[in-house]
Amino acid sequence: MAFRNYILVCGGTACESSKANAIYEALLAECKAQGVADEVQVLKTGCFGFCEQGPIVKILPEDSFYVQIKPEDAKELIAEHVVKGREVKRLLYTKDCGRKHARVEDIEFYQKQFRIVLRNCGFIDPENIEEYIAREGYVALEKVLFEMSSDDVIAELRTAGLRGRGGAGFPTWMKWNFTRQAESDQKFIVVNADEGDPGAYMDRSTLEGDPHSVLEAMIIAGKTVGSNQGYIYIRAEYPLAIKRLEIAMAQAREMGLLGKNILGSGFDFDIEIRLGAGAFVCGEETALLASIEGKRGMPVPRPPFPAVKGLWGKPTVINNVETWANIAMIIVKGGDWFSRIGTADSSGTKVFALTGKIRNSGLVEVPMGTTLREIIYDIGGGIADGKEFKAVQTGGPSGGVITKEYLDTPIDFGSLTKLGSMMGSGGMIIMDEDDCIVDVAKFYLNFSVDESCGKCSPCRIGGRSLANLLEKISKGNGELADLDQMIEIGEAMKKASLCALGQTAPNPILSSLHYFRDEYLAHIVDKKCPAGKCKSLISYNILPDKCIGCTACARKCPVAAISGERREVHVIDQAACIKCGVCFETCKFGAIEVR
Amino acid sequence: MIYEPALFGDPDEEAGMAKMTLEELRKLRDSKKFAIKKRDIEGKDTQIIVGMGTCGIAAGAKVVLDAFLQELDAQQLENVSVTQSGCMGLCYVEPTVEVIAPDMPPVIYGKVDAAVAKTIIRDHIMHKKMVSDHVFDRPSVDIIKDGGK
Repeated sequence: MAFRNYILVCGGTACESSKANAIYEALLAECKAQGVADEVQVLKTGCFGFCEQGPIVKILPEDSFYVQIKPEDAKELIAEHVVKGREVKRLLYTKDCGRKHARVEDIEFYQKQFRIVLRNCGFIDPENIEEYIAREGYVALEKVLFEMSSDDVIAELRTAGLRGRGGAGFPTWMKWNFTRQAESDQKFIVVNADEGDPGAYMDRSTLEGDPHSVLEAMIIAGKTVGSNQGYIYIRAEYPLAIKRLEIAMAQAREMGLLGKNILGSGFDFDIEIRLGAGAFVCGEETALLASIEGKRGMPVPRPPFPAVKGLWGKPTVINNVETWANIAMIIVKGGDWFSRIGTADSSGTKVFALTGKIRNSGLVEVPMGTTLREIIYDIGGGIADGKEFKAVQTGGPSGGVITKEYLDTPIDFGSLTKLGSMMGSGGMIIMDEDDCIVDVAKFYLNFSVDESCGKCSPCRIGGRSLANLLEKISKGNGELADLDQMIEIGEAMKKASLCALGQTAPNPILSSLHYFRDEYLAHIVDKKCPAGKCKSLISYNILPDKCIGCTACARKCPVAAISGERREVHVIDQAACIKCGVCFETCKFGAIEVR
Repeated sequence: MIYEPALFGDPDEEAGMAKMTLEELRKLRDSKKFAIKKRDIEGKDTQIIVGMGTCGIAAGAKVVLDAFLQELDAQQLENVSVTQSGCMGLCYVEPTVEVIAPDMPPVIYGKVDAAVAKTIIRDHIMHKKMVSDHVFDRPSVDIIKDGGK
């Protein structure tokens, strides 16, 4: 027999600490006391990610969401909700989240996420076209093939205000319109699925979970601009996404949704996959097109833009996966619907890949204008292990760091750029007190230096010079003049580099210098790394009053730098120590200190 | 259903005939909509959907899928279908599994391993009891089901 109600008590660590266990016990006791123990199941759940409002109790099947519950509330919850079937209004989550951009009547949901791009991910079987079709799939294509003119489609995109999700935020309707107006015997549609930012995987998940959303949008674009051939440029490192795309394309062909005379409309369109070898620069559109043509992936100056002169010199619409995945819903629900989500300047949603020192890492899709604090604390559940938030890196190697003071910034294309970072493709890496900002800047810069194609000198030489200066600082040999020199080189790279890779490569340094100058100074003047990450600037020492002489550290030390007898205080030979940190991790008595 | 990629154009296509007409597509959508709503696929009233994105697979979703199939076999349950889906974004609790059973609210389970999979079949599906400590939440409203609301 099924239960009448299921009571879910959030048992995530944050709620656990605020009496979730006591609430669980109280609810169980009340169910017994009020004689409904056989009709109700009380359960502990995983973290709902809404920890600021915890402890949280959710009652199914009504889906009532109760917040800030105390053990004393158990009696009322059972008596009212379960026995009498009335929600306890006093404890229900009030749906007014006080958000400034709250122009959308439909985003009052406690979870704060709103999924357009990821609408089908986790819902449908991506290898079965029928499940996609059942969820309004290919309805947009029907409309575009039989009811709408090219002008209508472009006007709808214009009303929607959709901007490219690859990073730069160029209005999508303009790109399409340029290509549509260009005179040519042949035009192309290209999907940029060369997702390369460290920590970003939203495009991969979209293609793995809902490949048809991208295919449908490509056919729509083909009909709108007058193209019969599309290409999906995807990195070979994404085998599952490629496999699912291939299955999706085969099924669409089988049903006549790709190929000749689609649905009897007389319109022909087909798609081919092109595999990239994983070079970061091939995410840049002109380099990507060169790579499809079989040439070495290097950017060329724009203009001419690909919309006018792209693949094999023909007009080409090229958009990022996330942009494509928005298109069908805009056609189905209308540009007006889309424009009411997000902010005036940046409509719609953005998918972020939340990683780093965050409790609930994962993919989140939120309306533009959501604040970083909502993403990190309400959805992400805050910083793992109760540590202190330090900064969040957005935009990967092209972006910068954003500090605590700016956590309430609503996210859109303009606001992040103003803070010296950028939207980028949507990687969001959370850092805590243990992360060294110089070390982080070094990581991103070295990534850009490795991935530079070497064609233009500002990027090739400037990047290397910056990397050398950072290395010098992290080794403890930095001078104050180095900081000014880094800014000078960085500014020059921003102005003179040929493509976005070089233009944005100095961002991690420039923004971290702006917000964390003190930490650079600590490395240069005091010769210290406050976070204890830069090996040349730290030393491991044994605290004599805490060491009990258990010999555990000495046995683990790979270079035998620790000496001492059993039950006597041990000593580290600083000259021999390689600062691997094994002793620090091994010691159970907190006797090893990083200085 | 197994689809074979069409390597050679078929005669209908050569003659300019569409493989499927607009009406056929609409009919297919309506019939599938009904099926997906009831989740009643070929007479099976209970569905187990395993998240098989790269993150899920890396966390052990294939082992979980096998465990479900084995346990269904062992318990001789024939009303349950096991299918796959993509990543729903809860990467910190992969592998994730959605269970849709009659008279029960749809539930998403996280951190599922082979042992939890067995418990899900015995408790949730056979005895209509949810499995404690593994219940999670779908991260957002469904814009398709609710018509944008």
